[in-house]
Amino acid sequence: MFTSLSDRLAATFKNLRGKGRLSESDVNKTIRDIRLALLEADVALPVVKDFTHRVRERALGAEVSGALNPAQQVVKIVHEELVAILGGQTRTLRLAKTAPTVIMLAGLQGSGKTTLAGKLAYLLKGQGHTPLLVAADLQRPNAVTQLEVVGERAGVPVFAPERGNISGHDVVTGAGSGTASYGDPVVVSRAGIEHARAKQYDVVIVDTAGRLAIDTELMAQAGRIRAAIEPDEVLFVIDAMIGQAAVETAEAFLEGVDFTGVVLGKLDGDARGGAALSVASVTGRPIMYASVGEGVKDLEVFHPDRMASRILDMGDVLTLIEQAERAFDKTQAAEMERKFLAAEDFTFDDFLQQMAAIKKMGSLKSILGMMPGMGQMRQQIEAFDEREFDRVEAMVRSMTPFERTHPKQINGSRRARIAKGSGVTTSEVNQLLERFGDAQKMMKQLARGGSLPGMPGMPGMGGGKRGRQQAPQRTKSKSGNPAKRAAEARAAAARASAPPVGSAGSGAAFGSGPAAGGDQTQALDPSQLPKGFERFLGQ
Amino acid sequence: MGFIDTLWEWVAVIVGIVVVGGGLVLGLMRGRGGRSATLPRTGDTGGIPDASEVRPSDRPGGIDTLPRPDATDIAEAEPDAGVVDAPPASAPTIERPEAPAGRLQRLRARLARSNSVLGKGLLALLAGGRLDEATWEEVEETLIGADLGVEASTQVVDALRARVAAAGSTDEATMRGWLRAELLALVDPSMDRSIADSRVDGRPACILVVGVNGVGKTTTVGKLARVLVAQDKDVVLGAADTFRAAAADQLQTWGERVGVPTIRSDRDGADPAAVAFDAVSAAAEFEADVVLIDTAGRLHTKVGLMDELGKVKRVIEKKSPIDEVLLVLDATTGQNGLRQAAAFTEAVEVTGIVLTKLDGTAKGGIVVAVQREVGVPVKLIGLGEGPDDLAPFDPVAFVDALVD
Repeated sequence: MFTSLSDRLAATFKNLRGKGRLSESDVNKTIRDIRLALLEADVALPVVKDFTHRVRERALGAEVSGALNPAQQVVKIVHEELVAILGGQTRTLRLAKTAPTVIMLAGLQGSGKTTLAGKLAYLLKGQGHTPLLVAADLQRPNAVTQLEVVGERAGVPVFAPERGNISGHDVVTGAGSGTASYGDPVVVSRAGIEHARAKQYDVVIVDTAGRLAIDTELMAQAGRIRAAIEPDEVLFVIDAMIGQAAVETAEAFLEGVDFTGVVLGKLDGDARGGAALSVASVTGRPIMYASVGEGVKDLEVFHPDRMASRILDMGDVLTLIEQAERAFDKTQAAEMERKFLAAEDFTFDDFLQQMAAIKKMGSLKSILGMMPGMGQMRQQIEAFDEREFDRVEAMVRSMTPFERTHPKQINGSRRARIAKGSGVTTSEVNQLLERFGDAQKMMKQLARGGSLPGMPGMPGMGGGKRGRQQAPQRTKSKSGNPAKRAAEARAAAARASAPPVGSAGSGAAFGSGPAAGGDQTQALDPSQLPKGFERFLGQ
Repeated sequence: MGFIDTLWEWVAVIVGIVVVGGGLVLGLMRGRGGRSATLPRTGDTGGIPDASEVRPSDRPGGIDTLPRPDATDIAEAEPDAGVVDAPPASAPTIERPEAPAGRLQRLRARLARSNSVLGKGLLALLAGGRLDEATWEEVEETLIGADLGVEASTQVVDALRARVAAAGSTDEATMRGWLRAELLALVDPSMDRSIADSRVDGRPACILVVGVNGVGKTTTVGKLARVLVAQDKDVVLGAADTFRAAAADQLQTWGERVGVPTIRSDRDGADPAAVAFDAVSAAAEFEADVVLIDTAGRLHTKVGLMDELGKVKRVIEKKSPIDEVLLVLDATTGQNGLRQAAAFTEAVEVTGIVLTKLDGTAKGGIVVAVQREVGVPVKLIGLGEGPDDLAPFDPVAFVDALVD
């Protein structure tokens, strides 16, 4: 399994510690790693070449040789370059000064144009616009019907004067390639705009047929549609899973319809999405939206920085936070915050609440997978059984309300009763209580203003997401010796397969208790995070 | 500032809790050894997909595994006299599709068009005379550019280098021969690429077609039905794509053209497993040779949908074993194709791959990686939008089209 670029670079640089500066051959090896990582992420070859060239220049410069940790510095450079190419900042739709705004969709077959039309219409409708969908895909079997269904789901009217291809199969033109159209999409598109003007719709979304990049005839037709309707935005829809063909395809479409923005489809899969980088870099057009599901609501504004992390397999903390925000309700969060600030004891009730919220966020595996640096313990993540959560919950549910708020009062007989009630052994209850005590300590430590050991570098995250100014300096870890801590954690990771026994370091909060917990602490350790990471989070 | 501060703090708490949870869970699990394995699998949170992954239409009665809760109308083959009067190539009567044997020959030009850059480029490089480091790098890059993946590309280049070093000759004919041999080795002609297309043990062969969204599953099923009809097989189609609007209609039209019945649900959002079961039952009743089941597109990462697919398979197997599971891959797919193949293989044991849209700019090199890593052979390739543009994959002809 592919390990993340940062891990691989870290391995490359391991031997170089103490060298102070990088030789050219070191840099070359690094560049090879980067090249491989990008190719594995389906970034197109010319783009990779160009990209590695630029990274090499910077890596040979003073920036890296002066840095304390060259590996992190290089990852930071790569990340910055990626974000720069991907568009630096996100752009939203340009609306026409005089309605209607015309948006045209174009792309290969099966990239998700019709679905996107519905999503876009839904999004715009939510923003107070009155969109109209125009069915100009008269080629694909039943495309018009599909658009009507999509329109219905989005609650948006569809203009479909022609039924298009209702014969259920493609119809081939005489030349033997490409498909013939039923009716003229140019006429339909133009009529759609007229219709919108007459009925006062302020946004028109024209769904066109999918076409191959090499199909000159159809590409010319797309050009004619574009000329006829003079769209304010032409969106090129491309599948996030596309491989090396991305460049040729994007170039053909740029020439054919001169698109103004790109939409990435099917980003909810596990494709690393190197195509995004290829298209953005080759065409210079911004990526505007990412399609993340099949429902009409599943459209997101594109985030270049997240995409960069995804291409580099660095985890996706921001998405994690967004999911967390969705899962936790506001009053709960406020209450939690109050308790937290008042340094009140963390109780089992809070614990239950949070477990419920985590469950709402999805599987623990996917959550952990989103954390940076988790790539290296993917196997352990895969291996664990989420039902253990239920067993913990059962134990907590077997406690009386008094016990839940006063865990210290749980004596031997109470423990025996809890164990009986939840069908576990007393020693499991003991373990739970012990760790819970540690958790309380950790929370208090946090509330006093110290950072979690192994969790610095994270302040400013929230701010970063909202694009606000970064919060104050709190990055410094208070815990005595992070390096030692990390070393301990690594040792724990080595023991990971063995049972934890009593080896838990008492000083380390929680995480480093059981073996795998130690891994997680390590994964969040500042020295393990690439340097650039805080930076892009904090901006 | 205060707000950001606190916001951040509670985010830290959440992350902390996740770590805590993970720690607890892992700790307990390890502590308890393998005990969890013996527990009955009921009401687990891990296995059950969260709501967002379940398509809305599945929710009512989605767990119901009883066969056929709803009436299905069996669309008998009827000539359907000219309802559609489309200008080109309308088919009022049952067509006689082209036999598959000579198809690849006819489509060779198209394959060569899509792949000419690869073959010609490689030969030009190799036969250019001087083979220095830069040339080899270019060769490797040309291969990578075909989505072959880094590993396979490096392997080919290394093998070629070894041959050149051993023989010392670099004239064009020799190089062509070597390149052909290496590429052939890459696509592995020894794999079994036959399709289960005739009755097995006195029951119809059962073919399930799966894949992610937008790769052309329904079209492939339609075209495959034509291939089978051309071989004088009795075919039944099952429209188990109950999710996408009008997918069943599309399949039915494909069937009607060649006089093949389509089993479908009369409403959208029916249980796909039930439809599949009905299709297999109907095929047994009609004493058909093959039953082809089309499923809805699903991303391989959606646990809920993959579970649904697993259910379709289980329910079909109550009636008849599945002889063939075809995974449809879009030729433009990059390295993600590997993960798709792995995920679908895990869920439903894929036995063959159909590579579609090979007539575009894509080279479809990902299948090489899939064959290598997942061990599933490419069985069919789609080379155009015409109804008879699906051909059996022939490694030798494929490589010849590349190199000539």
